[in-house]
Amino acid sequence: MTVTDLVSYEDALATYDPVMGLEVHVELGTKTKMFCGCSTELGAESNSQTCPTCLGLPGALPVVNATGVESAVKIGLALHCEIAEWCRFARKNYFYPDMPKNFQTSQYDEPIAFDGYLDVQLEDGEIFRVEIERAHMEEDTGKSTHVGGATGRIHGASHSLLDYNRAGIPLIEIVTKPIEGAGERAPEVAKAYVAELRELIKALGVSEARMEQGQMRCDVNLSLRPNGTAKFGTRSETKNVNSLRSVERAARFEIQRHAAVLSSGGTIVQETRHFHEDDGSTTSGRVKEEAEDYRYFPEPDLVPVAPSREWVEELRAGLPELPRVRRNRLREEWGVSEHDMQSILNAGAVDPIAATIEAGADAASARKWWMGELSRRANEDGTDLAALPITPAQVARVAELVTAGELNDKLARQVIEGVLNGEGDPDAVVEKRGLKVVSDEGALTAAVDEAIAGNQAIADKIRGGKVAAAGALVGAVMKATRGQADAARVKELILAKLGVEG
Amino acid sequence: MTDSIIKLTAAEIAAKIAAGELTAVEVTEAHLARIEAVDEKVHAFLHVDREGALAQARAVDAKRERGEKLGPLAGVPLALKDIFTTEGIPTTVGSKILEGWIPPYDATVTQRLKAADVVILGKTNMDEFAMGSSTENSAYGPTGNPWDLTRIPGGSGGGSSASLASYQAPLAIGTDTGGSIRQPAAVTGTVGVKPTYGAVSRYGMVAFSSSLDQGGPCARTVLDAALLHEAIAGHDPLDSTSIDAPVPPVVEAARSGSVAGMRVGVVKEFAGEGYQAGVVQRFNEAVELLKELGAEVVEISCPSFDKALAAYYLIAPSECSSNLARFDAMRYGLRVGDDGTRSAEDVTALTREAGFGDEVKRRIMLGTYALSSGYYDAYYGSAQKVRTLITQDFEKAFEQVDVLVSPTTPTTAFPIGERADDPMAMYLADLCTIPTNLAGNAAMSLPCGLAPEDGLPVGLQIIAPATKDERLYKVGAAVEAAFVEKWGHPLIEEAPSL
Repeated sequence: MTVTDLVSYEDALATYDPVMGLEVHVELGTKTKMFCGCSTELGAESNSQTCPTCLGLPGALPVVNATGVESAVKIGLALHCEIAEWCRFARKNYFYPDMPKNFQTSQYDEPIAFDGYLDVQLEDGEIFRVEIERAHMEEDTGKSTHVGGATGRIHGASHSLLDYNRAGIPLIEIVTKPIEGAGERAPEVAKAYVAELRELIKALGVSEARMEQGQMRCDVNLSLRPNGTAKFGTRSETKNVNSLRSVERAARFEIQRHAAVLSSGGTIVQETRHFHEDDGSTTSGRVKEEAEDYRYFPEPDLVPVAPSREWVEELRAGLPELPRVRRNRLREEWGVSEHDMQSILNAGAVDPIAATIEAGADAASARKWWMGELSRRANEDGTDLAALPITPAQVARVAELVTAGELNDKLARQVIEGVLNGEGDPDAVVEKRGLKVVSDEGALTAAVDEAIAGNQAIADKIRGGKVAAAGALVGAVMKATRGQADAARVKELILAKLGVEG
Repeated sequence: MTDSIIKLTAAEIAAKIAAGELTAVEVTEAHLARIEAVDEKVHAFLHVDREGALAQARAVDAKRERGEKLGPLAGVPLALKDIFTTEGIPTTVGSKILEGWIPPYDATVTQRLKAADVVILGKTNMDEFAMGSSTENSAYGPTGNPWDLTRIPGGSGGGSSASLASYQAPLAIGTDTGGSIRQPAAVTGTVGVKPTYGAVSRYGMVAFSSSLDQGGPCARTVLDAALLHEAIAGHDPLDSTSIDAPVPPVVEAARSGSVAGMRVGVVKEFAGEGYQAGVVQRFNEAVELLKELGAEVVEISCPSFDKALAAYYLIAPSECSSNLARFDAMRYGLRVGDDGTRSAEDVTALTREAGFGDEVKRRIMLGTYALSSGYYDAYYGSAQKVRTLITQDFEKAFEQVDVLVSPTTPTTAFPIGERADDPMAMYLADLCTIPTNLAGNAAMSLPCGLAPEDGLPVGLQIIAPATKDERLYKVGAAVEAAFVEKWGHPLIEEAPSL
């Protein structure tokens, strides 16, 4: 099946109703692994963060990470789930070399959290409720690197390298109930859900949820049924869709592909599919002829987890404001439109702006700097706003200097550049680079006189009433003062000299 | 000299070392010499750590010379079942699949033994992955019963029990999943205790069936077993299932043995077909002895016990099928067929084919089947229900009595090879021991005489409620003392001298 075999999105939706299920894995940001004391720090030398337990050595045993359980309960509560009074871990048995015990310690029919929902806001402000089936705790696998093959896949590889640093890192798997009724907005709902979930996870402080680093991974399950019918169609499971944009594209592609197969009288095969970032397509992975038999049974090496009701209520009371609620509050406080708020969210600027306002800046300036100069810089550097080497307090100081008339916008941009280049605080950059606005009226008057003298023709035009021409003289003065004059004051002086009302 | 040292009990050795009458090195050398002399015939050990043992012994002697206080088992040699990891020392679990593996870490039991200044002589033979009742399933050849080398020493811990009965060590460690400490103790005329589940850490004890496995002490006397029990038991933060409570006062109980006023239950279901006449006779005599010592004896019915064997042979294989999945040739142990042409999957399959013995494969297949979807409820699920019923039977019984008693095993030691091709006959050896594992409570086997028809040891099993391990020692010490008085000497002295 190639892309050309697809039916158009509109045609697909004219005939079929999509039903989705989203499974999101979140790596928790605990200091140690789920069942042993090994570090979870990323980027360490291969297999340097391992021990008998996470290597599955004979005789080694797991012990549950209490912070992992706490994080799971927090996530469950934030998703309005019920928290199990008593639940167990279970072994999911299957052989794979990057899984040291050849079973994954997970949860099966007794998840720690179940029956919840997450309200997500679409671009136009509409709220869509996504029902949550369950959230359960499990451990990550190691990482296989297949060497010598063409595509990095195991097929054709000459050998494989195994790194168990990731093995045993705590994961929370969050599974939605079937998402029905989204219609043509299904791909948008999928994206908005994952985006909202990511914000939630970050707000809870349980993970940084960086999708590009694999800390949050999404599987998109999708099926179509003829419009007006109730029975679900056969689903495909598109694995490891690892960006918000890809989630939307994968859902869209699968809708078009399913529709093409069904419309031509074919049947959908239940299978896993690989998503391709380059063209947004999916290709067949492993066919699930019969449900894989994982031979789940309760993990006998661990005791049941029984979160006391008091503790659960304590955690509930300590939950932060939910991101969507907070965003709506901030949107009103900042006086921005739904659309602008969405852009701010997409840019990852909500927290930096809020912090900058907290540090003393007004909302408009804070938004201007983060959404303008700093967003551009982050884009250029291919990094996140939050990762830029400038603090909200520093941005607030720049805004303060501008408000006080000590910097103009152009100088302020230079100050920000200096801070980003590691030249120090805004005040230090101003000092080192000599970036003060020239407010010495004498020096300024001299520069204005010089500009008028050197541009008599323009001066005459201004005298004749063409006030707009003053821009050229302002430019000359700014050039002469190396940009360090307050342009508005310069314009005032020019007009006054030439006897024109501004 | 050697002969007088090796026949000492652990308590006596420790006292003599503490008093300066013997050095730990002398004691260790005497046992190493004994191993040298007889283990070719017995084959109790898979690995003897001569250098390590002598180094440990020297350290104990140095400690004493510095005037440091020595623990109650300091300098006493011990034989460690080859199922516990030992840093730098091979650990095979009786399997080819771990041949040559040198663990990078010590089991908690190993650590505690070292911390108690116990001298670890080496690692003992066992049925592969503790699956068996005769030690014939060891990939490294069978162990002989010191009472008759043509007979089995019990299993899976036959190496440990045989080392005791042949005076190669005064102490040994075993593990008991369905009887692997008690049944070998019974057929070798020694003492073995399966503590309450969770009493002894399983960290570093290679898993067979996680919810049933329990490490425990083996010795020639009840007091020695208690001293060893105290050394290895106690909460371990590395084992979630370990009991977070003080160790019961087992040594104190062993030193003050008494059954006067105690209520003792005889389990009705542990009798009938399959029980050897001499075993029944010696058991009945032990019950009479208990009465003479002042115990009140009543008959107790545990109706679910007849389903215990069936439940066990679903639960244990199920857990083992998962526990043994890690032996895949990827990280450690045997690797077969890795010639650069085969896939990882093929290498794993070839390795498991070559590395596991028949009994291990049989149980992996049984367990895989019992856990598969569509069969889970009927097999694993039903077995768990039986397990609950058995636990309830025990609970009801212990409302009426303080301890239960039974023969440890229905027969005396059978000839090597006799049941090797009949797994069901082999499984019957654990008929009386399995219910305790399923319920998680504590039990002991100690000698109660020789069966008249074959002159081989018979074991008396004492069963206590969970966490009441001290009752085993209280009763065991009283019975042991009464028998020694009756016989004029400990039973083990009737064993052939090899």
